[in-house]
This record gives sequence, C-alpha cells and structure tokens, in this order.
Amino acid sequence: MSDAADIRPLTARIDAAGGFVDLESYERAGGYQALRQAVTGMSPKEVQETVKQANLRGRGGAGFPTGVKWSFVPMAAEGEAEGVKYAICNADEMEPGTFKDRYLLENDPHLLVEGLLLAAYAIQASQAYVFLRGEYHLAARRLLEAMQQARSRNYAGANVLGSGYSVEIGLHRSGGRYICGEETALLNALEGRRAQPRARPPFPPASGAWGRPSVVNNVETLCNVPAILRNGADWYLRLGRGEDAGTKMFGVSGRVRAPGLWELPMGTPIREILEDHAGGMLDGYRFRGLLPGGASTDFLVDEHLDLPMDYAAIAKAGSRLGTGTMIVMDDSVCPVDLSRNLQHFFAQESCGFCTPCREGLPWLERVLADIEEGRGEDGDLELLDQNARFIGVPGNTFCVHATGAIEPLASALKYFREDFEAHIRERRCPYGEGR
Amino acid sequence: MHEQLINPLSQEEIDAIEAEAAHLPERRSAAIEALRIVQEKRGWVSDESLAAIARQLDMSPDALDAIATFYNLIFRKPVGRHVIMVCDSVSCYILGCDRVKRALEARLGIGAGETTADGRFTLLPIVCLGACDRAPALMIGDRLYGNVNADDLGEVLDGHE
Ligand SMILES: Cc1cc2nc3c(=O)[nH]c(=O)nc-3n(C[C@H](O)[C@H](O)[C@H](O)COP(=O)(O)O)c2cc1C
Ligand code: SF4
Ligand code: FES
Repeated sequence: MSDAADIRPLTARIDAAGGFVDLESYERAGGYQALRQAVTGMSPKEVQETVKQANLRGRGGAGFPTGVKWSFVPMAAEGEAEGVKYAICNADEMEPGTFKDRYLLENDPHLLVEGLLLAAYAIQASQAYVFLRGEYHLAARRLLEAMQQARSRNYAGANVLGSGYSVEIGLHRSGGRYICGEETALLNALEGRRAQPRARPPFPPASGAWGRPSVVNNVETLCNVPAILRNGADWYLRLGRGEDAGTKMFGVSGRVRAPGLWELPMGTPIREILEDHAGGMLDGYRFRGLLPGGASTDFLVDEHLDLPMDYAAIAKAGSRLGTGTMIVMDDSVCPVDLSRNLQHFFAQESCGFCTPCREGLPWLERVLADIEEGRGEDGDLELLDQNARFIGVPGNTFCVHATGAIEPLASALKYFREDFEAHIRERRCPYGEGR
Repeated sequence: MHEQLINPLSQEEIDAIEAEAAHLPERRSAAIEALRIVQEKRGWVSDESLAAIARQLDMSPDALDAIATFYNLIFRKPVGRHVIMVCDSVSCYILGCDRVKRALEARLGIGAGETTADGRFTLLPIVCLGACDRAPALMIGDRLYGNVNADDLGEVLDGHE
C-alpha cells in the first residue's frame, strides 16, 4: 500500500479498496494526518510555502502555480483576527471529454475534503465550499457524508483538532451551465446569481465570494495537497518524469481499445498513454488527431505523439495540457462535423455577455454546418480563419470562453484543411451522412 | 398543478430553504438551492412556485426568474416523470450519440425538449456527463448509463415507469 501511495498519491487508496474509500480506510491509510500536522505544527505561510516549493500547478486547465495563488490572499497581522475568507473547490467539471474529477469525488471524497481543508487553513479561510456539478448525484451524496464525518471528527468546525483554527465546510450544487466553471462566474453562481464572469482585477484572492478574499482550486489540484504535506516538496518534485512535478490523472476517450483514466507521472509521453494504457486504436480505425486536454484545447496530430504530457511541451506544440483527458479522433470521424459539434457546444454555453462570443460562436457553428451539408462556398475557409483569429484573441472578449472555443477550430482548420476543402469542392461530406 | 395555486410552498420546502439561507451572507444567495429544493419534489418550477420562492427570499419574481432561466437544470416548464438527458458532447458524438438520440426519438415518438403523451419521459440534450470513457452516455433521473447501445434501449428505459 505505502509503495503504491508513494508513486500514486491520488489513486493508490482507491485501487486498494477496489473503489470507494470510506472514512476508516482513508484514516488507516494515513488520511487526515497532513491536516493534523498542518493545523497543530505548521503556520499557514509554511503550508503555502511547501505547496509552492512542490511546484503544484492547477489541474483545472490553466496550470497556475497553486502555492503562488494562495500567497496572494491577504493575511491578518500577528495578533489580529482574520476576517471572512473563502476556500472554494471547483468541482464543476463540464469541459467536454473530461471525466477525472468525478472519479476522485465519487471514490475518495475524504481526499478532496482534506485537501480543501488544508487550502482553507493555508489562507485562514473561515468557510470552505465545494461547487459541484448538478448532475453529479453520487458525488454529492458521498461529499455530504464525508463533510458530516469530517465535522464529527473535528477535522472541520470550531477549533479544528484543538488548534484554535475554525472553518465551516459546505456543498453548493450547480444549476448547470458550463460558464460556471470559469472561476469568477463560479463566484457569482455561488452567490446565487447568474453565472456571468467578473471583470479582473480585482482577482479572487483580493476580492472573491461576497467581496471577500477567496481562492478557487480544481478538485484534482486539491487532492494533491495532503500527500505533498505528508511526504514533502522534494518527493513531489521527483514524481514527475519531465519538467513538471507530481502525477496527473490522464484519460483517453474515443475509439481506442481501452478508454479510461490513469494516474501517471507528469511528463508521460502521449504515445505511452495511448498505446500502453488505452490499448491503441480499435481494429479497423486509424488515428487522425487528438484534443489533449478537453474540448477547448488545440488538436495535436501524429508528429506530436512522442511529446511528454508536460505544460511546456504541449504549449510549445501550440496546444494546452488542459485537463489532461484526451479525446481521440479516428479516421471514421469527419473533422468538419466534429468541429461543428464543438462549436455547437461553445455557442450554446456562451453566457451572452459580450458580442464576439454571443454572436460569433453561433455564426461559426452555422458556417460549419453549411460546409458539412454541402453548402460551402469558395472563400468560406478564409472567412472562418479570419473570424476565428479575431474571436480567439484573448482581449477581444470578456473571458476566455471564446478563446477556448477557437482553439480546436483553428487547429482543425490547420491540420485537416484538406477535409474542409473537399467538402466545399464536392459539395457534400465525403464521410457520408448520418453517424 | 392545482395544488400549487392554493399552497405554493410546503412547510418542508420552507424549512429546507431557510436552512440553506441561514448559513449564507445574503438570503438571496440561496436562490439556486431554493429552486432545486422546490423542483426536486414537483419536477419543475411553476410561476406560482417561483413567486413563492422569491417572496421567501425577499427578492422580486423577475430577478429570480432571470436566475432560473439562466441555468440548464432548472425547469420552468412541466417535465415527465423521468427526464432522459442524452450527452451530445464530443466523445459521445464520436461514439454515436446521434444514433442514440434518433433511436430514443423514434421509440418514444417525441423530439428533443418534448414529453411523451403519457407524461412518462422528457427527452433533453445535455453536455458532457463526465463519463466519456463509457461513451455514449445518458442519464435518467439520478442514474447514469454508459456504453449505451442504440439498438437495445429497453435496458435503460425499463424500470422507469
Ligand atoms: C469557460 C471555462 C470553464 C472552466 N471550467 C472549469 C471546471 O469545470 N473546473 C475547473 O476546475 N476549472 C475550470 N475552469 C478554470 C477555472 O477558471 C480556474 O482556472 C480553476 O478552477 C482554478 O483552479 P486550479 O488553479 O486548481 O486549476 C474553467 C475556465 C473557463 C474559462
Ligand atoms: S467570452 Fe463568452 S462566456 Fe465569456 S463573458 Fe463573453 S459572452 Fe460570456
Ligand atoms: S462527452 Fe459524453 S460523457 Fe463526456
């Protein structure tokens, strides 16, 4: 057990239990020791510093260094009381192709609860929330039970483990909308408002939920924190195979032999994930490309398969590590129709606040539908290129939802150009109709 | 539906809403929870329920409706006893969710967004359900189904009366 936990801090317990890890199993495997150690023996700054040293980066898609984010939260001066602050877990997981947080929440809810309580302690939050996707019913039941147990064991509540630190923990179940996952929109949703992104600055660590200092972290990010505190930053740094620290939940969906989810060292090469873990392509299907980290990341193709799944390496190839759950496109899938499917999602989920996103994304969807259905014209692709470029520039829209929408489209236009051209030339979809 | 005209919120619903509002900095922050609480028992949020919830949270019905209509999981129209949500996002698209959707439409005799005449099922599209390794996926009520076979829907539909 301890050996596996040393190399797979997120999932070794789940594997040993064969699924759901209850409180007893979690504690037997050393659970809540990190919390005890932190609240009774470390200052909040020391916790922040350890996480910073470990170079833990956000697993929600943007990869921002977690310890650094925490260090932006204003702390009370020595001897002064802390005001109201919030530690918030982003468990909205609506990025198409992403199925990692659900697995962690359903199978090891105490790991997330402990990670969130540690984040709360590090910034001296008085309240912790999990913002959970509304459709995740099993995760909701398990989290509510885990929170109740954490309270009854005094891991949460007043005077945690006799340390003098107090924190409440609660669950918010989302009303459902992709934009809720954007951290400032999430704050509005948590406050019971429409989930529209907020202007920045101020950033959440300065002014977040109800105008108070807040940090928002992804489920998987927080699940890394207990082991970092128990085993130390150096151990965590060594877990990665390349430049980045730690392990990552990597997933593969699409026409592969064994779609699934695995905790592997950061920097594991794409090919190894696809072949050794996902079993390669299903018989009769050829690999065309993949979205490495969810729907809002740029396509990668054959020439990229030997790249390590590292933040920098994937960025250098023009894409993003994103959520680390890859979507494989095989040769039976029409890249134009797939692009239409993606733009349909992004158009539908636009919050409607700014024009290039509200008007531009449905326009892209319509043009793609026209091309797919044989109504494409010469010049359409140049127009798509141009508009994609305009909508995709981060400053042109209020949040990066639109930027994310353009990533898979601009890269599809680049790598699968011939498919787009064939649709226009032949005035039909060469892949045939009706999937 | 008539019962709601006479008695917009039950004591149980009021208690549950108050319990949520109690630990929030502003009463109105409980809006989404309150809508969920009421929808849980009634299946959807009628105008009468909406007005009653708004009163309970000291806000205007219009303000609450702007919130209710923003979110996908709050239903402002009646739905069937079971809501079928078929994932139409990218991994499920690759693995044939359109066939699943067409098969369901044919079998139930309704299109997306509609409810069967017997009030048994409502069919809705939904974005990625976080079950992409088991695509195509759908949910009925609280239950998730993966690796759905468009040619054998009995397996998922049976048992939902
Ligand atoms: C449109 C949009 C949707 C997002 N959805 C999620 C999500 O579902 N879960 C998540 O953790 N982060 C999501 N993010 C990223 C968050 O804004 C934020 O960066 C993240 O929660 C920070 O946590 P981390 O630093 O631990 O990754 C989304 C961002 C955007 C722009
Ligand atoms: S970019 Fe889109 S999602 Fe973001 S604020 Fe503008 S309209 Fe809303
Ligand atoms: S794309 Fe359908 S469950 Fe993820």
